[in-house]
Amino acid sequence: MELFQSVMVALLCCNLAYLAISRLRVLIRLTAVQGALLAAVPLLFSGSAAHGHALALSFAVFAIKGVGFPWLLARTLSRLEVNPVVEPTLGFHLSLVAGVAGLLFSLWLETRLPFPPGLFPPLLFPAALTTIFAGLTLVVARKKALTQVIGYLGAENGIFLLGTPLSGQGSVWLELSVLLDVFVAVFVMGIAIHHINKTFESIDVGRFCSLRD
Amino acid sequence: MLSALLLVPILAAALCLALAADRLRRAVLILAACLHAALVAATFAVPPHPAWGGLLELDAPGQLFLSLASLLFLAAAVYATGYLRAEGAGAKRDFQDGSVFTNAPERIFTACLCLFLAAMTLVASTRNLSVLWVGIEATTLSSAPLIYFHRHRRSLEATWKYLLICSVGIALALLGNILFSVAFYDQASPLASMDLASMLPRAAAAGKPWLKAAFIFLLVGYGTKMGLAPMHNWLPDAHSQSPSLVSALLSGALLNCAFLGILRAHQILGAAGMADFSGGLLVLFGLFSMGLAAVFIVGQGDYKRLLAYSSVEHMGILALGVGIGGAATFAAMLHAACHSLTKGALFLISGNILALYHTRSCHDARGLFRALPVTGALWAAGFLAICGSPPFGIFVSELLLLRALFAGGHIVAAVCCLTFLAIIFVGMSVPVARMVQGPVPPAVHPPQTEPAIAWGPPLALLALALVLGLYLPAPLGAFLTRVAGAIGG
Repeated sequence: MELFQSVMVALLCCNLAYLAISRLRVLIRLTAVQGALLAAVPLLFSGSAAHGHALALSFAVFAIKGVGFPWLLARTLSRLEVNPVVEPTLGFHLSLVAGVAGLLFSLWLETRLPFPPGLFPPLLFPAALTTIFAGLTLVVARKKALTQVIGYLGAENGIFLLGTPLSGQGSVWLELSVLLDVFVAVFVMGIAIHHINKTFESIDVGRFCSLRD
Repeated sequence: MLSALLLVPILAAALCLALAADRLRRAVLILAACLHAALVAATFAVPPHPAWGGLLELDAPGQLFLSLASLLFLAAAVYATGYLRAEGAGAKRDFQDGSVFTNAPERIFTACLCLFLAAMTLVASTRNLSVLWVGIEATTLSSAPLIYFHRHRRSLEATWKYLLICSVGIALALLGNILFSVAFYDQASPLASMDLASMLPRAAAAGKPWLKAAFIFLLVGYGTKMGLAPMHNWLPDAHSQSPSLVSALLSGALLNCAFLGILRAHQILGAAGMADFSGGLLVLFGLFSMGLAAVFIVGQGDYKRLLAYSSVEHMGILALGVGIGGAATFAAMLHAACHSLTKGALFLISGNILALYHTRSCHDARGLFRALPVTGALWAAGFLAICGSPPFGIFVSELLLLRALFAGGHIVAAVCCLTFLAIIFVGMSVPVARMVQGPVPPAVHPPQTEPAIAWGPPLALLALALVLGLYLPAPLGAFLTRVAGAIGG
C-alpha cells in the first residue's frame, strides 16, 4: 500500500508540473511518465495475486498512454517545426495556483463524500480529481492545439484512474475499447493539428476567430 | 439482425475505401442506406433478439432514434449522389475569403458517412452505458472528417472546436458513467455490467449523492454533444461549415443520439425515485437553451447558423418535455421525430440555396421563389413547419407539450416556453421572408430546371412531417406511448 501511495503522490506532483512547464518536449515526456505511473495502478490494486485482467490492462495502458501517445505527440511536434515553447493564455504561476486550489478542493471533497467502504484507497480520489482538473486547465489555459490535446489526455488519465478500482472482472475488452477510443481520438486530433499548421502556418488556436455571431 | 444493422454500414465503408470509381461508391452508399432502412423497418415486424452477449439490445427509445437516423441517412445518401457529382474534383475558390481550397477525397467522405451511420446504430441499439459511451465517441471521430470536407480555414476551425469540445464533453460523460459505477458499488454482489437490465432493478438501493453527481456529469457531457446551452458553442460553427447533407445528419440524427445518452441516465434516476432531480435539471437546461436560441436567432444573418440555433431551441424543447414527464414525454418523443424530419429537410434545402447563391447570408440570398421555385416553396414550408405552424407535426407536438405544461401546473415554464417560441417565430420569419421574396441578384444565374435529386429527399422528409401533423396512425401512437413509458412518461 505504501508503494501505491507513492505512485499517487508522484501523480500529484506530475499534475502540478504539468501546469508549470513551459517547454513542449518536457510536457510530452511528462505525459509518458504519467502514462507509466498509471499503468502501474491496476497491478498495484491486484497486489501479489495479479491476474490476467490486471496484467492485460496494465500492459495496454503502458503501451498506449506510456509509449503510444508520447510517441505520436513527439512525432507531431518534430514534423511541425513549431516554436517549442508552451504559450499560455493564463500565466504559469496562476495555472499552478489553480492546480494547488484544485488539489486542496479534492482533498476536502474526499473528507465530505460518502465513499462506499473499501472502494477507494487513500489518495486515489484526490489524485484522480486533480489530474482531471489539471488536464482541463491545460485545455482552456494554453494557446497551442498540441497543448490542448495533452490537456485532454491528462483529463482522460484522471478519469481512468478514478475508474480503476471499479474495473470489472472479465470485462477487460471494454476498458481496452475505451483506451482504443482515446487513442483514435488523439490520432484524429493529430491529423487535425497537421492541417491547422498547414492552413494557418501555426498551431495557435488564438488565430481561430472567423466563426462568430 | 442487430449485428447485421452494424455490419451493413461498416462493410459499406470498407467498400467505399476500396472502390476506385466514384459512381460505384455512390451506388454502394445508396445501397447501404436502403439495406439499413429495410433492416430497421424489419425490426418493427420482428423484434430483434439481443446480440453480442446482450450488449446489443433494441428497446423502444433506441428503436425510435435508430429509425430516425436510418431514414435521415437514406435521404442524405440520395441527396449526396447529386451533391458529390456537382462538387466534382479539383481546386475551388472560397466564396467568402477568395482563398483556394480542395475537398477531402470522396472515398474518405463516403466511408466516414457509412461509419457515422454505424456509430449511431451502435448508440441506438444498446442499453449498456459503456457501449453507448463508446458509440457516442465513435460518432465524434467519424463525423469530424465530414465537417472538414471543404478543406478551408473556417471548416478547419469548426472541426477543431467540434473535436475538442465534444471530446471533453464525452470525457465528462465517461466520468458520469464511473460515478454511476460508484453509486451501484456493492462488494457482496457486484453489478454484472453497466446494462440497464442490471441497473434499473437495483437503482433504488444505489447511493443517492453519487447518482446525482453521475447524472450531472452525464447531462453536461452528453448535453455538450446534444447542443444544450451553454455547452452548445461547437454546434453553430460545425453546422454552418459542414456540407448541408452532413448538417442534416448532425442535427436530425446525431443530436438525438446524444439525447438518448441523457435519457438512459434519466431512466436510472427515475428507477431510483429521483426523477424530480433529473427532471428539474432537464427543465432548467431546456428552458435556458430555448432562451439562448431566441437571443441568437433574432438578427441572425447566416441562414445555416439560423438553422443551427433552431436546433439548440428544439433540443431545449426535448429536454423540457422529458424533464416535465407524464404526457409531456410523449409530446417530446413526437417532437423528436418531427424535428428530425423537418430540420433534415431544411438543411438539405439550404444546400440547394448555397449551391446557387454562393453565400450563407440571408441578406444576399434573395428571390428564391423566382430563382429556385421548388426549393423556395420548400424553404418557406420548412420554415412554417420548424416554427410550429399548423398543419405540420411540430405544431401538434408543441401543442401537446404546452397542454401538458398547463395541465401539470407548470405555468412559469409554459409562459417562458410560449414567449421563446413567439420570439423565435418572429426572429426566423424576417430572414426567411426576405430570402423567398424580392428580385434575384444580378450575379446569380438560376438554372432552367432544378434537379429532382436536390429537392426530392427534402420534399419526402417534409411530407412525412406534414403527415405526422395531419394524422398520427394508431400503431405509431402506440409505439410513441411505449417509448415515453420506457423513459418514465
